[in-house]
Parts: sequence; C-alpha cells; structure tokens
Amino acid sequence: WQDYSSDWSPKDTVRRMQRGKVCSLERFRSLQDKLVLLDEAVAGHDGNVITAVLIFLKRTLRREILFRELEVRQVALCHLIHFLKEMGEQKLLLDLLRLCFFSLSLQLSQYREHLNIQDVEKRREFLKGCIGLPFSAEDTSHIQDHYTLLERQIIIEANDRHLETAGQSEIFRKYPRKASILNMPLVTTLFYSCFYHYTEAEGTFSSPTNLKKTFKIPDKQYVLTALAARAKLRAWDDVDALFTTKNWLGYTKKKAPIGFHRVVEILQRNSAPVQVLQEYVRLVEDVETRLNLATKYKCHDVVIETYRDLKDRVQLTAYKCKVERGSAEEEKINSILNNMVRN
Amino acid sequence: MAAHLSSGRVNLTALREAGRRELREFLDKCAGSKAIVWDEYLTGPFGLIAQYSLLKEHEVEKMFTLKPGRLPQADVKNVIFFVRPRLELMDIITDNVLREDRGRSPQRDFHILFVPRRSLLCEQWLKEQGVLGSFIHREQYSLDLIPFDGDLLSMESESTFKECYLESDQTSLYHAAKGLMTLQALYGTIPQIFGKGECARHVANMMIRMKREFPGSQNSIFPVFDTLLLLDRNVDLLTPLATQLTYEGLIDEIYGIQNTYVKLPPEKFAPKKQGEGGKDLPTEPKKLQLNSAEELYAEIRDKNFNAVGSVLSKKAKIISAAFEERHHAKTVGEIKQFVSQLPHMQAARSSLANHTSIAELIKDITTSEDFFDNLTVEQEFMSGIDTDKVNNYIEDCIAQKHPLIKILRLVCLQSVCNSGLKQKVLDHYKREILQTYGYEHILTLNNLEKAGLLKPQTSGRNNYPTIRKTLRLWMDDVNEQNPNDISYVYSGYAPLSVRLAQLLARPGWRSIEEVLKMLPGPHFEERQQLPAGLQKKRQHGENRVTLVFFLGGVTYAEIAALRFLSQMEDGGTEYVIATTKLINGTSWIKSLMEKLEPAPF
Repeated sequence: WQDYSSDWSPKDTVRRMQRGKVCSLERFRSLQDKLVLLDEAVAGHDGNVITAVLIFLKRTLRREILFRELEVRQVALCHLIHFLKEMGEQKLLLDLLRLCFFSLSLQLSQYREHLNIQDVEKRREFLKGCIGLPFSAEDTSHIQDHYTLLERQIIIEANDRHLETAGQSEIFRKYPRKASILNMPLVTTLFYSCFYHYTEAEGTFSSPTNLKKTFKIPDKQYVLTALAARAKLRAWDDVDALFTTKNWLGYTKKKAPIGFHRVVEILQRNSAPVQVLQEYVRLVEDVETRLNLATKYKCHDVVIETYRDLKDRVQLTAYKCKVERGSAEEEKINSILNNMVRN
Repeated sequence: MAAHLSSGRVNLTALREAGRRELREFLDKCAGSKAIVWDEYLTGPFGLIAQYSLLKEHEVEKMFTLKPGRLPQADVKNVIFFVRPRLELMDIITDNVLREDRGRSPQRDFHILFVPRRSLLCEQWLKEQGVLGSFIHREQYSLDLIPFDGDLLSMESESTFKECYLESDQTSLYHAAKGLMTLQALYGTIPQIFGKGECARHVANMMIRMKREFPGSQNSIFPVFDTLLLLDRNVDLLTPLATQLTYEGLIDEIYGIQNTYVKLPPEKFAPKKQGEGGKDLPTEPKKLQLNSAEELYAEIRDKNFNAVGSVLSKKAKIISAAFEERHHAKTVGEIKQFVSQLPHMQAARSSLANHTSIAELIKDITTSEDFFDNLTVEQEFMSGIDTDKVNNYIEDCIAQKHPLIKILRLVCLQSVCNSGLKQKVLDHYKREILQTYGYEHILTLNNLEKAGLLKPQTSGRNNYPTIRKTLRLWMDDVNEQNPNDISYVYSGYAPLSVRLAQLLARPGWRSIEEVLKMLPGPHFEERQQLPAGLQKKRQHGENRVTLVFFLGGVTYAEIAALRFLSQMEDGGTEYVIATTKLINGTSWIKSLMEKLEPAPF
C-alpha cells in the first residue's frame, strides 16, 4: 500500500525517484508545491530526476510562468534547454531563448544553429537575424563580419562560377578552382581573391583591397596572404611591388611588416628562382639568419657580400669551395680578398 | 590475467571481480544463446573488465557493432544492446527493432543494458517511438570506476569537464560518488576526506548523504585507504595545457592511448626477415597494450623522455649477454635452465624492440624545430615571462595555419599564466583566430572563456606569480636523469595539482591558506566515522595510502609525478589515482570545442 500513499513530501518523492522508482507527480497541484519539487530535484543533482520533474512542469504550467521561474534557476534551465534540444522542440526552444536573455550562452546557442543550415541563402538570412541578438560588442562585430563575409562569398561564387563556365578568363582556365569559396574563413577568402582577382579595383566585392578595407585586415596578414598567392602564381613582379614603397624623395625602398626571412621562406616554398630569392635574402636584417638562409639556398652573392662587410677573410676563403671553379662568384671572392690585403 | 592490477599497494583485482560478477549475473538473466550489439565507445572500457572468453562462457555467441539498418542474421535466442544512455543511440536501436522481421522463427528476445545508468530521457524516447515494450530486461550496469592499472582507476567519461563547468550538469559527479561508494564497499570506509573545488564539495556531500541514506553500506572491512583527496580540474587548469615530457605522456600526446592501447605507424615494427628486402610492408597500424605487466614499460613509462635512452641501451646489453649464455651452458642441467628461461628472455627482447622503435618515433618529433619552438614558448609562459603581450610565435603559427588545437593550447596557457589576458591582447588573438580558421569558432572561444581557460583579466592583478613562487611550481635546475622533485615530468614545471597533494601530506594545507584562497572553489575536510575496532593502527614505517580523485580529468604526467612521490624514501604516503577521464591537452581542448559538423540524423 505504500506505493499509493499520497503523503509524500516533495523531498521524499525526489528521493524515491533517485532510487529509480516510478512516481506520479500529479498530486503536486499548487505552484508552490511544484517549485519545491523542482528545487529538491536540483539539490539532488540527479539529471534524470531533474528532467522528469521538468517534463511534468512543462506539461502542467503555463509557459510564461515556467520560463519566469526558470530564469532564476539556472541549473534547471540548462536541463530544460538540453531536453528541448534533444527532443527537437525548436519552436519552444527559440521562445525560451527569446525570453531569457540574461545568459550569454543562449544567444550563442541560437547562433550555433546556423551550422545546421546547409543552403547558403537560408544560412545568410539566419545570420542576419542573429545580428540583432544581444551579444557582447566584440561578438556582435564578429557575427556581423560573418554575415558580411558570407554575403560577399555568395556574390563572388556566383560570378566566378559564371566566368569559369564561360571559359573566357585565362586565370580560371589555367588554374581551375578545386573548391567553392562558400563558408571558407576570411583569410582563405583573401588568398582566393589575391589569386584570382588581384588586379581588380577596390570597388568590386572580389578585389583584395575591398576585402582588406571591409574587414579591417591588418597589413601584416594582408601582405603575407598576397605574397603567398602571388608566389604560387610565380608573379615575381607583383611580389616586388608589395614591398616597394616610394619615399618623399621619390626613391624606392623595400620594407615589410613581416620579417624578410618569412618572405624568403614563402618564396622558397614556391620554388622561386635564385635571382628572385637572392633579392630578399639580401634584405634580411639579422646577419646570422641572412648567412644561414643565403648558404642554405645557395645565394652566393649575398654570402660573399656579407662576409665582405664583416671583413671575414677566413670564411670568405672557406666559401670558395662552395662555388663553381672559374665562375663569376669565384672571381668576385678573389677580387675582394685581394682588396683586403691591399688595405 | 590481471597481473597489472595486483602489482600495487592496493589490490584492484577485487574491483574488477565485482564488475565481472555483475556482468555474469545479467547475462544469465537473459537465459539461452545471445548476441550482443555494442555501442562502440564501450568496447574499450569493457575490455578492461572482461574478455570475450568470459562472455562465451555465458552463451554469448555473436557480437555486433551498433549501427542503423537491419540487425545481422544470427541464430540466437536473445539480442542484448550494450549502450550508453544517449538519444542518438536510441534512434539506432529503434531502427534495429522496427526492422526486425517479426515473422521469423524462432523470435529473438530484446534486452537493453544501460551503461552506467538507465536514463528516463532515453526510455521516454523509446516509448514515444513505440518500441519500449519490445525489451524484456532493461537494466543498468554501473561501470563507474574501471581499474586501468595497479594504482589507476578511471571512469572514462569524456564529457565530465564540459558538463560540470559549462553546462551545470553534475550527473557525472553523481556517478563519481557512486563509484566511490562501490570502492568503500570493497576496501572499507575512508576515514578522512579532503577536497578543493566546487565539484569536490558536491561529491563529498553526495558521499556523506549516500552513506546516511543507505545504512546497509556500513561494513566491517578494514580500511585500506587512509585519505581521499578530491580535486577539481579547474583548480589546476595549467597542467593539462603543457606538453607532457614523460615517456608515457609523450606517447599519449603524439599517438593517443585509448584504454591502455596505442596504435602506432607500422613501418618500424615490420619483422626483419633475411632477404625479404622490405616488400610487403604492413599497412595496418601496430596495436600495443601498455601497462605495468610489461616489466620494461613499468620501468620507463614515468621517466622523463631524455632519460629513457640510457635505460634502453643498458637493457640491450643485459639481454644480449643473457642470450650469449647459451654458448657457456655445458651441462645438461645448465642447458635445461637456459631453455626454461627462454620464453622470458624472448619476451624481454621483443619488449625491448618495441620500445626502442617507439622511442625512435618519439625522438623524431621531439628533436624537430617546431617541437622545440613550441616547448620554448610554453616554458617561457610557465616561468612567467612575457605573458602580458601578444606572442610572436603564436602569431606566426596562426599565420601559417597550424592546427587550431595547438594554437588554442598556447593561448590558453598564456591566459592561465597571466590570470587572464589584457582585453586588447585577447581581442587580438580572437580576431586572428576567427579570421584564419572561421567565425564559427566563436562558439569554442566562448566555451574556453566559460571554462576559465581563455578569458579577460578581471581583477587587474595577476595571481600566478605568487602561486608559482609559493608552491615552487617552476624549478630552474631540473635533473631529468635522477630527479629529486616532481618538476622533472615537465622539465621544470611542477604540476600544481600534485604539489597540492604533496603539501597536504606534509606539512598540511594550513601552510598555504593564502594561496588556496586564490584558487577557485572551497577547500574542506570531512571525517567519516569508522565502526569501532576498525580504527587503523599503522605499523611503524608503514606508509599512508591516499586516493587522489581528479574530477574533470588527469594527465599521465601527473600520474607519473604522484608515483614519484609514492616511491620517495621517507615520503610517508603512497598514492592511488582515480579520475573521470585520462586526458592530454589535445583531447581536453577537443572536448570543449563545439562539434561543427551537423549530426548525420
């Protein structure tokens, strides 16, 4: 007869449920009783029991009241969200999210849903809707960027697909695209733009300068990406132009927001010819690094010039065996060594 | 069979036996021939409790992996599903059951074994699909703490950290408490409980309440454990982020150890046959089991990797010499003795060959420029250098699009060593990461912030230098070959969690009250009443036994450090380690990343 007794307090009921016994919760009619039941369940830490009580409350309480009470019971709220997600009750979940904005993670829960939308247009619309949610200022700007980026990618993709099929554009003929640009990260998109649309004016959505401006891409990142793209295309003149600036006297000078050793690395990876590589090895500021790279990549002139500047006879003489006999480099070394003796 | 479990101070075979007994009972309940349909995730942990031979003894004739579609043909009376209580698995089971041909004869009976607990949510789901009634036996198998080695237990629950710290879901802690109750039933009530952290407090509370509510658990077993130390993972967020430098730690970092097994690239393990010339190279990864039953492994697993080489070469000489003995055996007696030793020597030689190969594989990685650069930055952060500015190496790695997890480990390490990053620095990293890897990673970054791993500095002051100095976390002169301090496991950094355990034993936590306050969560002490007559009288010179339970995960390096303390002369304490999961920095961060691929259903 004990199983049918109606005298159990919320605490006893929760304890019985924790032991796996089936309990009817119907007798808890008043709001007060229901809330005590919920608080007891939460205090017991047993996720199963908390969920069971929430299922009961969801069925027997008006939504507004339930949501209001959950606003101040975060643990229970988390359990309900989890439950609704698992059960696929999207609408109820979204209503819950809209009403309970105190927790940052709820907006992000909403944002996360975009991953389940495969169709790009629908995803774009969804992201647009996310922008209005109360994120932090930082997160808002990132989500704004995400939306803008996808919007641009859709336009670029449509355009480029057209160009490719029309077969008129040389670059697309020579280097057919291996994948779509949709949903790619920003830097990947920039690389793509530097590869296929490098010379376009700032006004077009696909131009690298437009991307740089719109997303405030720092110089360092921009130069690195453009370099990688142009080097891949073996467009050494473009690489040159990246690093050349005219000062107020009209003289050209080479400088880079990244170390020149990085430039050398990237050029070398793209099998740049020694003459091109040499230019940049020469610009590496740190002497030891410069010597290492020059020796490694056989930029003889740079090695020779550096040892000359260091007035290092010994190394210079030793380096003679690294160059071809009778070559211009050997002559250069000999000439420098002779000059050293005279002075 | 379970030699590795009885090697320690506490014989964990009893725990394994209890698990086997419970499994046998359930199998016998479903009388007749059976087929088991496995949730793949469970096969590893179960393998540590029972092998197929035991299942066969109880009429298990076939085993299948759980997947959608029709169940395979099998002439058995019972089909039992061994599953975790997860909804996506319930969907698959539903599919299996609905497609079962009801017209076939004989009909097969269905049963479910939920591991480790039944779930109302799952049963509700099955009910809504209309299949709940198809199951005759619906039970739970409380596989909470699984013995991995003579001094190591794990729940292998990979979602605990995320659930506890991000989702306020403490169900895992409930299992942890249950696991501890099982341990106490077998090894006696633990008289003293210490803890640090919110989760530790919850588990202790649950243990005390469970003891009160289930009075039958009062037993007359002489207590084996003197002390239980419960530690929240978030008390020490630093240690799992750093690259482990012990032999076992590196194997886990590079290849991943799953349920004591590791899969290695096969090329180095091809048997060298004369004249074969290397054709027919194996393509399947080489699978090895790693536990203390293997003598050589037990000797080198916890050493700093730089000290392993000399042990291996010494071993090679000894084994060579032993095999040479056959040339010196003259009498029949001597030959007989040599032959009887042969299996042991061959096993030793094969073991040496395996570990020499593994050490070579690891050395290739640890001598690489990238490994060195990464380690240098880690050590700079841990010793407190330049933690408040954007780090060049990290920026370069992002620019070169190194794997995201590597980047996250480094920025989180910097954040923890700085008590949070300056807003400008944090924003800079976040922007670079999102622009390079994709905006959807906002979700992961948010999780990391919630977990306290990558967050803005709120109070404006950095507590880490004080913690580091008081607890002596950074030791400049480390002896990797013959260590005298636990900092050898990270070649300079002493794991914070293990330092806390060390100081608890001697001289006690009163000496570090101030520092403890800087670490998250309450610290506490509880005593449990022992029945009269069971008060432990320790023999002179006998060590205390402390069970350290890491709530949220533990690394192999921390285990090595605790083992180091155990074998210290005059240390006074021997440690047994329990955890919710064995982790490394990569698997840990991965568990906090939002799953970005949409689910297949």
